[in-house]
Amino acid sequence: MQLLLTAILLPPLLGAILAGIFGTIIGRVASHRVTVLGVLISFICSCIIFKNFILDHQSTQNIIAYTWGTSGAFQFNVGFLIDNLTATMLMVVTSVSLLVHVYSIGYMRGDAGYQRFFSYISLFTFAMLMLITANNFFQLFFGWEAVGLVSYLLIGFWFTREPANFGSLKAFIVNRVSDVGFILGIGGVITLFGTVDFLPVLAQAPKVAASLPTISLFAGTSWSIITVICILLFIGAMGKSAQMPLHIWLPESMEGPTPISALIHAATMVTAGVYMVARLSPLYELSASALTFILVIGATTALFTGILGVVQNDIKRVIAYSTLSQLGYMVAALGASAFAAGIFHLVTHAAFKALLFLAAGSVILALHHEQDMRKMGGLRRYLPLTYSCFLVGALALAAIPPFSGFYSKDAIIEAVHLSTIHGASYAYVALMIGVFVTALYIFRAFFMTFHGSCSANSASQDNIRENGWVIWLPLVILAIASITIGMIVKHADALQLALHAFTSLPFWLAIAGIVTAWFCYVIRPAIPAMLANKFSWLYYILIKKYGFDDFNQIVFVRGTRALAQLLYNYGDQRLIDDGLVNGSGRLIQWISATLKRLQTGYIYNYALAMIIGVLALVLWQMLIA
Amino acid sequence: MTHFPILSLLIWLPILAAIVVLIIGDDAHANKIRVLTLVTTLLSLVLCAVLWAQFSLTTYQFQFVENLSWIPAYNINYALGIDGISLPMVVLTVITTLTVILASWHVVQKHVAQYLATFLLMQGMVIGVFCATDTILFYMFWEAMLIPIYINIGMWGAERRVYASIKFFIYTFAGSVVMLVAILYLRAHAGSFAILDFYNLRLTQGEQDLIFIAFLLAFSVKVPMWPVHTWLPDAHTEAPAGGSVVLAALMLKLGIYGFMRFSLPITPDASHALSWLMIALALIAIVYIGLVAIVQTDMKRLIAYSSIAHMGFAVLGTFMVYLIMSNVANTGYAQMSLEGAMVQMVSHAFSTGALFIGVGILYARIHSRLISDYSGVARVLPVFAVFMMIFSLSNVGMPGTSGFIGEFFVILSAFKANFWIAFLAALTLILGAAYTLWMYKRVFFGKVTSEAVANLKPIEPAEFIALAILAFFVIFIGVYPQPLLNVFHASIGHLLDISLVSKL
Repeated sequence: MQLLLTAILLPPLLGAILAGIFGTIIGRVASHRVTVLGVLISFICSCIIFKNFILDHQSTQNIIAYTWGTSGAFQFNVGFLIDNLTATMLMVVTSVSLLVHVYSIGYMRGDAGYQRFFSYISLFTFAMLMLITANNFFQLFFGWEAVGLVSYLLIGFWFTREPANFGSLKAFIVNRVSDVGFILGIGGVITLFGTVDFLPVLAQAPKVAASLPTISLFAGTSWSIITVICILLFIGAMGKSAQMPLHIWLPESMEGPTPISALIHAATMVTAGVYMVARLSPLYELSASALTFILVIGATTALFTGILGVVQNDIKRVIAYSTLSQLGYMVAALGASAFAAGIFHLVTHAAFKALLFLAAGSVILALHHEQDMRKMGGLRRYLPLTYSCFLVGALALAAIPPFSGFYSKDAIIEAVHLSTIHGASYAYVALMIGVFVTALYIFRAFFMTFHGSCSANSASQDNIRENGWVIWLPLVILAIASITIGMIVKHADALQLALHAFTSLPFWLAIAGIVTAWFCYVIRPAIPAMLANKFSWLYYILIKKYGFDDFNQIVFVRGTRALAQLLYNYGDQRLIDDGLVNGSGRLIQWISATLKRLQTGYIYNYALAMIIGVLALVLWQMLIA
Repeated sequence: MTHFPILSLLIWLPILAAIVVLIIGDDAHANKIRVLTLVTTLLSLVLCAVLWAQFSLTTYQFQFVENLSWIPAYNINYALGIDGISLPMVVLTVITTLTVILASWHVVQKHVAQYLATFLLMQGMVIGVFCATDTILFYMFWEAMLIPIYINIGMWGAERRVYASIKFFIYTFAGSVVMLVAILYLRAHAGSFAILDFYNLRLTQGEQDLIFIAFLLAFSVKVPMWPVHTWLPDAHTEAPAGGSVVLAALMLKLGIYGFMRFSLPITPDASHALSWLMIALALIAIVYIGLVAIVQTDMKRLIAYSSIAHMGFAVLGTFMVYLIMSNVANTGYAQMSLEGAMVQMVSHAFSTGALFIGVGILYARIHSRLISDYSGVARVLPVFAVFMMIFSLSNVGMPGTSGFIGEFFVILSAFKANFWIAFLAALTLILGAAYTLWMYKRVFFGKVTSEAVANLKPIEPAEFIALAILAFFVIFIGVYPQPLLNVFHASIGHLLDISLVSKL
């Protein structure tokens, strides 16, 4: 087992080091070969683990690799917890990573930072694998921060572009805001349980919760410490999994190369928060308040970020908002205690969203890095394969049976429907409307890109053609996965579930969304502009993304800088440095300058002083007498 | 004395070498001088390796003890010894000096002998401070050390070097004088100047408070703590690159070291009674100084402010133990807090020292410290950019680098003290990322906009080695801190024990 884990974790790390440090020496081809090979080994070993755990039902394994550090009574280990959840995540991460590696050979061809790119994505794969295999909070945090770091580096991959640098810094800092919650959550865990290892914490949790431990955060209040910990940890998840109001970094992350949008910002890293809550599900089960919080946040994100996808014109941004919305679905599932459904959607989403991103990347590449959908249209004639793959992805996303997205989304909606905790009915309605919105925005993108007339001029039209096999092969594989995963997982019930869908509301909502998109963007293309005009206030709100960005920019970014400048100019410079420090110096100078006058060097001055002194002395003596 | 006087050798070898270097003196022999200096520090490094290998992890007692009668009339001894708190500091001193010498190899071309001599002197004297177990000896080294750094800033510094060096000298000296009074008072009661004798002294709350404040004045200036920190940004900005490195990596550590060696064990009740003040000042350092760092326009000033914020963590970890112990019966959390402070010191020396070397490398080429004069350096110097990214990440507290451990330990244990302390301390996650990476973005990313940046000279081999040494430690400690933590355990555990027992 240990050997197998080593074979999963180390090859991507070694690949990253080789491509990163020796990339210029070994060259471009060797760099992508070594990283692809690393991930391939990792993938094959993950398949073995998947077989052992999911198919052969091996029992949970807890392995300690080495003791990172001990302090006081606490031991921090680098260790691994392998169970069905880990095995599933391993498959998702290594398979998508492998496909993205191959895809990148084509997508990044000709880029000056080719080796650096492969080094980064391999490093990312390593970090993500560390995250999902962790058996304790410390290592989870390590992986958590490491994936965030690589994400930062990849968003800012083209570091001479200002938007890329802005987006990467924003992503890092927003994630750090949520990490405050996460690290405090870990502090809470170690305070309450005295350990950071998952198994003992989860085993003790029910017993500890039974004693109703409380914490007083504000004078006179007392909260269940379990709830506090759950919510703090979930704040960490809100950053990584981009839940409102910490979702603002994800659209900006699209400044990075498209393959990493598929790998990091769709399939793997952004699902880390979902994974974490699922991993800690026994803990979350103990706090109904925390679950309600999660459910409401998830459902709100699912609906409202989905709506924003409808007004975007950049193909990658539409898919980015879609990712936000689908993450909302997963989180809502967690809130409804449907942890399995959440993870199920994570898996299917990884396939169809990676597919959509890579298909979009294929379009972008074919159009020589054009991302604006208004300048596309009619591409189905030029890119038939990409067209079909995108369609499969869109159908899966819109939850049309029997595509995989249908099964997982259906499970979530059903779970939220049955849930009885506070906020469940709100969540149910939000998710239902979300189904319509999802179908609307993704088919809007679909029709704008592939249908209608081609907006590119005829000279460049001749240049539009499908890319090489490294591009289309991953698309085809992901398309097959997007079609089949749902049916494979639900094998016996698949047919019945699909048939049942035709009598259920979500299905018809999704169909309605597709038809609306078709009507508005193919049949009557004038409608969207008219609606935007008529409801310009609403359109303005949506274009401004509900004002989150402006609010943050004004209040947090500018506010912090203004406060800092104030503290620096007045607190540090004027008051302390100039006032107290140099003030002391000036005071002493003034005193000595004053006293200096006594030392005039003229004898008559000194004589006068002596006479006054003697007189004063005599006077004093007389008064005493 | 039965064993080889290895600590004395560590102290006097560089001082002796400094004298030899000064005698050679002339810039005509610059290369000979550089080699001699390098050999001296390499020899010291070998001695450190011996220390590390021979050091017993199981005892808190002073090891490698030397004791000679120095001024018998006053019972003053030349007494040396190290424990798990001072050993890492000694090694740190040597590594820091080594990297400074390497980094200045090509840059400093005038008065080479004098420049390098100041660092050799500092190496010997700083080690002296960490090894002295007699307070008068300690005080001698403590004050003597100011002279070389004062000369270093005043001679090789930037435009306002005279102002900065005098400010630095007067500030630190004023604080230390009060400490001498406290030492003399303690001597009067204990009958000797040995630190260990001070530990056993029973003192009233009133006495303890006064002694604590006397020590606080000396140590808080060195750390430096808010509000006595304003000498540091000035000293750092004006100092030459090497001076900045030594200031950040070594001088600041002396303050925390003092708290651990003197304040906690000698005046535990006063430390307890005033811990609220120390925690408050530490949190101000973390939050307020962190904010101030964001708006700095000068790279060195920014790193200087970030230093103050990071040292705030060390102070917090040191004084939080009393609050933690009032909430919990076992000492596990308090020990993690103290060890967090220790790791923070070690890590800060590597990452901040490295950042100062990096800025020094840029300054030597472009003669500007202003962030706005740079853009797109990563395009011109990619390898250097990678190194600086590693150090910046350590400054940000990224797991896998040394900067993570101290913050992690202190924040985790702070939760046991009080949620809001942990919360305010955790804000450093945001602030640290904001000021460090924003600076990195403006200096290294973006387009190359100026001629000067486009024509940057590549980094020299010696500079590369210096950066590589520091990067190695930053990553090694981040990935496997256990060997370092093991050195602390016995001594920190004992320190905690004696600091928690009332002396009333």
